Amino acid sequence: MTALVLLDHDNAAIKQPARSAVAAALKLGEVHVLVAGHGARAAADAAAKLPGVAKVILADAEPYAHGLAEPLAALLVALAPGYSHILAAATAYGKNVMPRAAALLDVQPISDISAVVDADTFVRPIYAGNALATVRSSDTKKLITVRAASFDPVPAEGGSAPVEAAPSVDLPGISRFISSELSRSERPELTAARVVISGGRGMQNGENFKLLEPIADALNAAVGASRAAVDAGFVPNDYQVGQTGKIVAPDLYVAVGISGAIQHLAGMKDSKVIVAINKDEEAPIFQVADYGLVADLFVALPALSAELGRG
Amino acid sequence: MKVLVPVKRVVDYNVKVRVRADGTGVETAGVKMSMNPFDEIAVEEAVRLKEKGIATEVVAVSLGIAACAETIRTALAMGADRGILVESDAELQPLAVAKLLAAIAGREQPGLMILGKQAIDDDMNATGQMLAALLGWPQGTFASKLTIEGDGITVTREVDGGLETVALRLPAIITTDLRLNEPRYASLPNIMKARKKPIETLKPADLGVDPAPRLHLVKVVEPAKRKAGVKVASVAELVAKLKTEAKVI
Repeated sequence: MTALVLLDHDNAAIKQPARSAVAAALKLGEVHVLVAGHGARAAADAAAKLPGVAKVILADAEPYAHGLAEPLAALLVALAPGYSHILAAATAYGKNVMPRAAALLDVQPISDISAVVDADTFVRPIYAGNALATVRSSDTKKLITVRAASFDPVPAEGGSAPVEAAPSVDLPGISRFISSELSRSERPELTAARVVISGGRGMQNGENFKLLEPIADALNAAVGASRAAVDAGFVPNDYQVGQTGKIVAPDLYVAVGISGAIQHLAGMKDSKVIVAINKDEEAPIFQVADYGLVADLFVALPALSAELGRG
Repeated sequence: MKVLVPVKRVVDYNVKVRVRADGTGVETAGVKMSMNPFDEIAVEEAVRLKEKGIATEVVAVSLGIAACAETIRTALAMGADRGILVESDAELQPLAVAKLLAAIAGREQPGLMILGKQAIDDDMNATGQMLAALLGWPQGTFASKLTIEGDGITVTREVDGGLETVALRLPAIITTDLRLNEPRYASLPNIMKARKKPIETLKPADLGVDPAPRLHLVKVVEPAKRKAGVKVASVAELVAKLKTEAKVI
């Protein structure tokens, strides 16, 4: 059995969730990885260093430049005959492409797996993580997205796989990339950060999110938010942690002014240590928090910032 | 342009689901059911397109047990014109749903189909992408903004690092993200009017689709519960505990 992993990359490096998908694939058999992009040779070289990877396939052509699902799905279908399993991380990239490829192959995809039981059987959270379903696929080929927070990523270095060029494929020209506006941040990405500090509706407005920044800087943390804070327009949607946002499992998660709706807990309850700061001592977030501080966040945040600054 | 909007009946988002003791699934008997929240956003967007004079007709489609007609009625009360129910007592997984919707698209010839990005019961996030593949249409998933001009649609998408804008040829598939719009509440007069709007009922066999599931459910269990921890009295105590007890900073 050989598994193919479609890797998220930025043309230079392989993103951490993709390294978690490789870790999941290694439980299934030999692993090949696919780097699709334009000017992506450096990413393919980075992929070749991932421990355990037996082969890197590089599809380097203009239509792959922006990760559009239509050409990528066609490429995966062309490569599919060689593989028993095709996987990608359950990121915006993987979630967009994998079901499209699956339908073209007449396969029911298995989304967002949190564990591999055997070659046909997988565990996946349903109902916002309030239940864990074990499912067995009867399809001859499996198309899978992987919940990155559930698999420790393979290291970025240590391997030395050969890089091969992908076959050229007829691609549909029905979609076109126009532009992207990506948040510029010096901080780690939410799904890769060892520490995450998130604000909720209790932050009251977007301006107050600045109170989280000195703390994030001190802890080298990513800044996140609850759906309520996104809905209220305090911060952009890419900050969202939860069932319909990003799933994170950092060593330390600090929830500030977040009540703890089911939808939010779904995105962070696998964190190693959870801290909650909320002035409502009845808030459900305290039921999952290892350390709870009942306090006005506008007093607690500056104090926390000062305390951390003291070293 | 005709717009088709698939709507799913799911356990209401406010319900805390309980796993059945025998591990066969989640308890749904006697539980409040509602339209999937992302599908409400899809209906709202379609109705707004009609109000702007871009859509000529909005058709709501649901697939599942007879009670899914209630979900269609909700869409009709929000402003959809008519409904189609594909009635089946069997479990319908996303691949089967996509095939049934593709068959309906073949009959109805819509210019656009808008779906929720994800149902909050199975959390699959797959049907829209699969439907697009089966129809050979482009897909604009996780949409936060749509602009239709001529035979194309420009879609702003919520991606991991921010936003991305793509141009798609019509007909196309859109899946909604939460910032696309704020769905309206149906007014009482509109709920009354919706009762008179037509709903056509079909069976999967009428559409020539074999809806047999490909994923067999082995078991469903509750995740390990987190134990509530301790309350700390001050920021100083919190930082001390994180350093010396949890050792995470």
